[in-house]
Amino acid sequence: MRAASTFFYRRPYWYLALLLLPPLLWFGTVYLGSLFALLWQSFYRIDDFTAQIVREPTLETYKQLVTQPANVDIVVRTLVMALAVTAACAVIALPIATYMARYARGRVKALFYVGVMLPMWTSYLVKVYAWRLLLAKEGIIAWVFAKLGLMGVLDSILAAPGIGGPSLSSSYLGMFLVFVYMWLPFMILPMAAALERVPGSLIQASADLGARPSQTFRNVVLPLAVPGIAAGSVFTFSLTLGDFIIPSVVGAPGYFIGMMVYVQQGTAGNVPLAAAFSVVPIVLIFVYLSIAKRFGAFDAL
Amino acid sequence: MRYRPDKASWTTRIGAFAGLAFMHIPVLVIILYAFTTEDRTYQFPPPGLTLHWFGVAFQRADIWQSMSLSLAIASCATVFALILGTLAAFALARARFPAKDALTVLFVLPIALPGIITGIALLAAMKLGGVDPSFWTIVAGHTTFCIVIVYNNVIARLRRLPPSWVEASMDLGADGLQTFRYVLLPQVATAFLAGGMLAFALSFDEVIVTVFTAGNERTLPIWFLNELFRPRNRAVTNVVAVIVIAVTLVPILLAYYFTRPDDEHETAR
Repeated sequence: MRAASTFFYRRPYWYLALLLLPPLLWFGTVYLGSLFALLWQSFYRIDDFTAQIVREPTLETYKQLVTQPANVDIVVRTLVMALAVTAACAVIALPIATYMARYARGRVKALFYVGVMLPMWTSYLVKVYAWRLLLAKEGIIAWVFAKLGLMGVLDSILAAPGIGGPSLSSSYLGMFLVFVYMWLPFMILPMAAALERVPGSLIQASADLGARPSQTFRNVVLPLAVPGIAAGSVFTFSLTLGDFIIPSVVGAPGYFIGMMVYVQQGTAGNVPLAAAFSVVPIVLIFVYLSIAKRFGAFDAL
Repeated sequence: MRYRPDKASWTTRIGAFAGLAFMHIPVLVIILYAFTTEDRTYQFPPPGLTLHWFGVAFQRADIWQSMSLSLAIASCATVFALILGTLAAFALARARFPAKDALTVLFVLPIALPGIITGIALLAAMKLGGVDPSFWTIVAGHTTFCIVIVYNNVIARLRRLPPSWVEASMDLGADGLQTFRYVLLPQVATAFLAGGMLAFALSFDEVIVTVFTAGNERTLPIWFLNELFRPRNRAVTNVVAVIVIAVTLVPILLAYYFTRPDDEHETAR
């Protein structure tokens, strides 16, 4: 044993290779292999008459994806939702992250960290299910509005074109709320981590130079928190783009990318189109990552 | 206005506590609903409270089967992920070599890309390779993203470890194995355990990848998903939701406990 450990210590590359081989084999075959299999399928097409998959390379499926207005609508709808959810998460997360990172001390701070972590790791499905209870016509949100005598307000919100619907649980507004709730902790934690790293001396310097707290926050703290916001936004953006369960359980009938992938590979049996559709979020996320990288997201991950 | 750098403004304070409440109300509501006497609608407030549905749920064989399947899958996936994730973390923590950046990206890709991509990619590969969905295809899918959790936890701890400790140990005459046993292992052990706990919790309630790799196997999340799409036993579903929360709560709190001293150490400046 001792001889072996000395042998590897003297030859760091052997040691490295020994460590890396198992995880690399796994990722190389199971994960990357699968991704390439997926990519490969997107270059097949489905024969319109026989509904059989034609196994010869073609761009036909991609053409169908970018030229059919219904498909383009799905991509745009998903993208708008992902951006709106990301923006809302950033706004709601800011006071929470600021308070837990910069002001809370001792027990309150621990309370906030556990309080953010617990809902983040609570079962995804249970949380979606909870929102179905909350948003239901006879559910708690409608009850609160009724008790406050604001039923008219809720109805007029739901009557709004685009975001409204017959009830909260079948409107884009309801879906938006669920998305924001689900991904909020993913925004808070990197944001708080970035805010923790802002040196106290900078804040004092800013105050000494006569800045009001709000000015210090806007001009000193916030710019330094941008990498954390960018890192968090990668999660909120990516998670919204690919989700297919939330749009199926809550929300209006319009399709989202994830649902389209699920339906096309399943009941519709059009695996090439499903594969092509799943390439869309990959491309969008790589574009988003390259933008986020400019804001220092990778340093804050 | 006097400047108080240690005092948050009222707006920040209200925003923070309101946000925290927003994150917990849905979970509390679920717990309340597990005791409701109303089993046909989601009426609020519940007309009455009862323990009846817990008894009903515990007598359901399908729930027990799904539960034990999920526990078995989570255990297997966690073991594989602990081995592979820790190896990857040790390899990439300090070493410098040409393809390192690419590997770092590769190892976090399964959580950076949406789960549905992993799911449908595995399905596409299984179809091309003629592999039938089974217990082990579910485990393979779960292992892929659980590795990332373990890797992230362990590598974060390794990076925080001063390199001088390893050098000091070697200078004092320890060989590589002794250094690992007496210097690295005690430092990394809690991060390793925390990673394992989180991987277990994640695997236990994972559904998006599972849907694609499960075939006819019904894990607890798949059972739950079917109820979400076609509610048949609302009252029993509420109880299962509470059970799922309870099962995942323990490993999550343990993971927090294992990694906590470091956080305090880090923030106590």
